[in-house]
Formats: sequence, C-alpha cells, structure tokens
Amino acid sequence: MTRLADTRERYVAAFRTFAGNGAAGAPAWLKEMREAAIARFAELGFPTTKQEEWRFTSVAPIAETAFTLSRGRDTAHVTAQQLEPLCVGGLRAVRVVFVDGAFAPSLSAVAGLSRGVRAESLAAALERDPELARQHLARYAPYQASPFAALNTAFLCDGAFVYVPAGVEFDRPIELVFVATAGDEPTVSHPRSLVVVERGARATVVESYVALADGVYWTNAVTEVAVGDGARLELYRLQRESRQAYQVATTHAIQGRDSVLRLHPIALGGGLARHDVQTVLAGSGAELILNGFYLLHGSQHSDHHTVIDHAQPHCASHEFFNGIVGERAHGVFNGRIIVRPGAQRTDSKQTNNNLLLSTEARADSQPQLEIYADDVKCTHGSTVGPLDQTALYYLRSRGLSPETAAGMLTYGFAAEILGRMAHTELREELDRVVRARLADRSRGGRRA
Amino acid sequence: MTAKVLLEVKNLHAGIDGNEILRGVDLTVRAGEVHAIMGPNGSGKSTLAQVLAGNPAYTITTGSAQFLGKDLTALKPEERARDGLFLAFQYPVAIRGITNAYFLRSALNAIRKSRGQEELGPVEFMDGLEEKLKLIGWDDSYVSRPVNDGFSGGEKKRNEILQLAVLEPKLAILDETDSGLDIDALKTVAHTVDKLRRPDSATVLVTHYYRILTHIMPDYVHVLSGGRIVKSGGKDLALELEEKGYDWVRDKAPVA
Repeated sequence: MTRLADTRERYVAAFRTFAGNGAAGAPAWLKEMREAAIARFAELGFPTTKQEEWRFTSVAPIAETAFTLSRGRDTAHVTAQQLEPLCVGGLRAVRVVFVDGAFAPSLSAVAGLSRGVRAESLAAALERDPELARQHLARYAPYQASPFAALNTAFLCDGAFVYVPAGVEFDRPIELVFVATAGDEPTVSHPRSLVVVERGARATVVESYVALADGVYWTNAVTEVAVGDGARLELYRLQRESRQAYQVATTHAIQGRDSVLRLHPIALGGGLARHDVQTVLAGSGAELILNGFYLLHGSQHSDHHTVIDHAQPHCASHEFFNGIVGERAHGVFNGRIIVRPGAQRTDSKQTNNNLLLSTEARADSQPQLEIYADDVKCTHGSTVGPLDQTALYYLRSRGLSPETAAGMLTYGFAAEILGRMAHTELREELDRVVRARLADRSRGGRRA
Repeated sequence: MTAKVLLEVKNLHAGIDGNEILRGVDLTVRAGEVHAIMGPNGSGKSTLAQVLAGNPAYTITTGSAQFLGKDLTALKPEERARDGLFLAFQYPVAIRGITNAYFLRSALNAIRKSRGQEELGPVEFMDGLEEKLKLIGWDDSYVSRPVNDGFSGGEKKRNEILQLAVLEPKLAILDETDSGLDIDALKTVAHTVDKLRRPDSATVLVTHYYRILTHIMPDYVHVLSGGRIVKSGGKDLALELEEKGYDWVRDKAPVA
C-alpha cells in the first residue's frame, strides 16, 4: 500500500513543481481546475484490476515507472524530414505538430486558414482567447471519474485546439501530430486537445500519435470534441506509439441535434494502450459512426472501452470494432450503450469481431447494453476466433495459395473498417499504413 | 472420334468424419460435354462436388480421380483450380472487407501466374470484366462490394457464375447453382453457363431439379443414390425423373 501511496505522492510533488514555474502564468480558473484535478488524482490513485473497468488491463507498469514530466522545450532537434513519413493528411492538410507534448511551430503548417477556422496550440489559444477555450475545456471530460483524466487536467498545459465556426465547411484535413522522441529516461506527456465544430460546420480532423524511436515513455492524452447542431465531423485517430510505450487516452465527444460524428480510431502501436471513447448523443436526430480497428502483435496489449450515451430520442449509433490479434498479444473491447429514459426511436448497432492469429493470442469482448426506453432498436454481436477454415478453402478453390488466402482474410478485417472512411485520400493513406504493418507482422511471423 | 477425357473417376469412396458417403462412383467427362448429376437429398451429390474440388474436410478412402491425366487426389485445392477445375459452391462464402474486384483479379492472376502468363493490372482487368458482368446482367456496383457479404441467396449464386466467367475453367462443376433462384435469375444463370461453354471445356451440373436442364441441355444424365451412380442415360432420363421422382431408380440400386 505504501508503494501505491508513493506513486501518488510522486505525481503530487511533480505537480507542485509544475504549478510553481512553467504553468504559473495561466488564468486563475485554469489554475483552480488544475488544483482540483490533482487533488482528485490524489484521492483516486491508479486503478487496479480489481476495478471492473480495468479488469483486463493492469496499469501497474505505468504506476511503477518513475516518469518525469516531459519538458518538451527543445523541439528543434526534430526535422521535417523525420516527420514527413509519419504524416497521413496529404499535401493539402493543415498540420499542427507537437513534440513530446510541446507545440512545434517550425514543423507545423497552418497557413491558409480562413473564415475564422483555427488550428493551433491550446496554450496559444488559452493565451489569446481564453474565453473561447474555457467554454469547452473540461466540460466533456470529467476528471472526477478518472484518475488519468485528472492527471491530464492537473498537468494541462498544451495540446491541439481546433475550432471551426458556425456554418463553415472546411474541406482540408486538419492533422494533429503528437510526436514522441523517446529519450533515454522515461517521460510522460499529457496532451490535451479540444476540437470544436460549431453549428452547421463541417471538418475532417486526424489525430495522430507517432514515435521517432523505440523507448519507454507514457502518453496520457485527453481529447474533447464538441459537434454542434447540424455539424459534421469526420475524426480519424491513428495511434502508432513505440512498442515499448504506454498510452492511456480518452476521447470525449458531445453531439448536438442532427449532427454527424464519424469517429475512426485505429490502434497499431504501444506496448500497453488503453483508449476510452465516451460520446453523448445530446441532441435528437444525432448520428454517430464509431468505426475502429486494432492490430496487435508481439506482446502488445490494447484495451478499448467505449460508452455511447443516447440521451435524446431519434439518434443513431453504429459501432464497429475489428481486431486482429497475433502472437502473444491481447485485445480488449468493452462496449457500453446507454439508452436514457425518453430516448425513444434509438437505433443502435454494435459489433466487435476479433481475429486470433495464434493460439497464444487473446481477445476479450464485452458488450453492455443499458436500455431504459421501450421503443428502441438495439443490436450487438461479437466474435472471437481464428481464420475461418471454410473461407480459406473457398479462396484456395479459386487458385489462391494458403498464404495469400490467409493474408486476404486477415486484411479483410482491417479493410472492412477502412471501407467506412469517407475521406478517400486519408482512407488510402491509412490503408497503406495498415498494409505495411500487416506485412511486417507476417515477416516477423516467418522469422519466429 | 472421341474428345479428350477431362475427368475420370473410378470406384471413388469418400466421406467425412468417418462416415462413408460416396460408395464407388464412376464418371467420365470429356471435353465439350455437359453432364447432369441428379439425385435425392443425401445421395452424395454435394460430397462428390466437394471431393473433386479438394475440400480438406473430406477423406478419400479408395478409388481414383484423374483430371487431365493427373491424379486429382494428390493436388491441393489451389492446384486443382490452377489446372482448370472450378466448383460453383452451393453455399458461397462471404469474405468481409475484400471487394469482388480485388478477389476476382487475385484469383485470375494466381491462375495466370501458374501458367506462366502475365498478371493483369487493375485497369486491364476491369476492361475484361465489363463484358463478363454484362453476361450475368450486373452493373459494376457489384464488383466494389465485399465478396458475397450482404448478398442475397440469388446474388451469391450469380457471383459464382461471374467467377466462372472470369476464371474460364476447363471443367466447371456447378453444385446446385439453380436452387434458390427465381425463374428469371435461373434463366440468366443457365444461359450464361451455356454461353461460356467451349469445345475444350466441360460442365457438370449437380442438381436436384429438372428445370435448369430445360435451359442447358445435358449430354448425359446420371442418378446418384446411396453414394453411387445407379443409372445413366441421355437427357430423356432427366425428363423421366421429373415425371416419376427418384423412387423408381432408387429401388434399382444394387444391394451393397
């Protein structure tokens, strides 16, 4: 017990240092929020596998590692040449880049923004226009409930800020790149991002986590998303942290009336990764597509916990998560759907399909439906299993070798998810990334 | 003058999970011929089709099957396909995420490659596909859909015939392709199969019903019952079966 208490003390002490210098210039409301958040973290501490929400994922390795807060002051040593191959947004993309949590203006490309669209560092937004950020910040990600959100809020300093004003249809992808340099000693960064797409606006945003090197570090990210009435947001999330890295992240979204949010989280990286997606359909007629994919090998552990909250009637949520789990990896999916009293005519569908590529691979899939309305359509289904022998035979009977057939079936698990991505260039780029990762895996498999 | 023998099956015994289903099948198929294999449910029709295609779930206990002079039983399913054997499945399998176009091109290229032919790029392939799609009355929306995923029963059957058209096998075995099709779909499918016939290829129609044979005239009709061919004849036999049912031939089955 003393050890756990020590880990809390470590973060509280780090917070005192943080609050005492670099973060001292923040507005009073933000300082208060940070104080409240670190106090909440001190109460909660790190979760254990005895807690239902963390049953399959032990964060003990994170709690036990003495991470130091990433300074991220020196972003100059990362070059555009290093960054370029890790970007997926294409030539037209607006790009906002962070190195170890700190905004890197020289790597960013924010020229040509117009009609009030903003894509910048949250720190800059807080300085320039604190009221705009304040309207949304920490409104959707309640740090009271989660020690990780509490830590992120306590150390809230920088991250991305995307703002698309009412009625503006912005067609260039906005790419947010979080680069980890993975130095010699383990560091932690707490990127905090805010994506606001106002009433009737449209945007495509890519949130991408990449590493320049292998190494132990921890990314503790929180992203808050507000989609206004009648707005449309296509949000891609690509997680390619180092294979030794830890990532704990939450995406909190709130949707207004008749809005459309299409959220595509892809998890390929990290030794231990946890991504929580919590969305609230807060206006009637809202539509959510949550279309995710994980590809794991080695001893990777990846956990997705999603909560879709139907708070209003006539909303639709379609959730698809596919997992490919190879070698000794472990995939976890927990999908909770809440239909609140009065949320009639809810149309909700959830599927989670897991493909196990080895006998040691493991996947746990748990749907949880909580329905408090009576006129709803809710379906869910999940599968966990190896390649379908009948399908393999079918493909072989058309002349394909067993290896090609297996590769095609495996890729199909990813392609099914990729096929739902509306932005052609991004889809093709992500397809390339996934194919390369699958090819890596099968090469590794042959070596082993 | 006799045409080239494509398939020669002799005294074939095979089964699944230790149950013998085929109990001595003899069948010779020559280039240019259409054979119909008819029989009641459970007579072993689908087993024969699956065994010839190389379904690993089935075991051959005795007998032989030669395809183009090669021992078929020594070949893997993909080798049989590359040599020109094609089975239209009774229950086609859905392949999630993989488009029909990609699947068809991969299959065609695997076969071309094994024959030392150049592989086709996406554009060349699509050019050739247009005409095949027309044959079965499809527009190209079907080729960008995942293979059989969300297809109706009839669409799946048509998709098998599209594969047949693209892969141009020497021997096509159609396992109950007619069942589950409405009259119009049956006509289209049957006419397509008929159009795809070549002097150097043969077709084996495995069917429970007479009606497909009104569109594709068989040269030979065989009745399979109890795992063997109990009667063979010309197209008139099919008509006789249509009128009298299977009981009269079943009764003629030699006692094992």
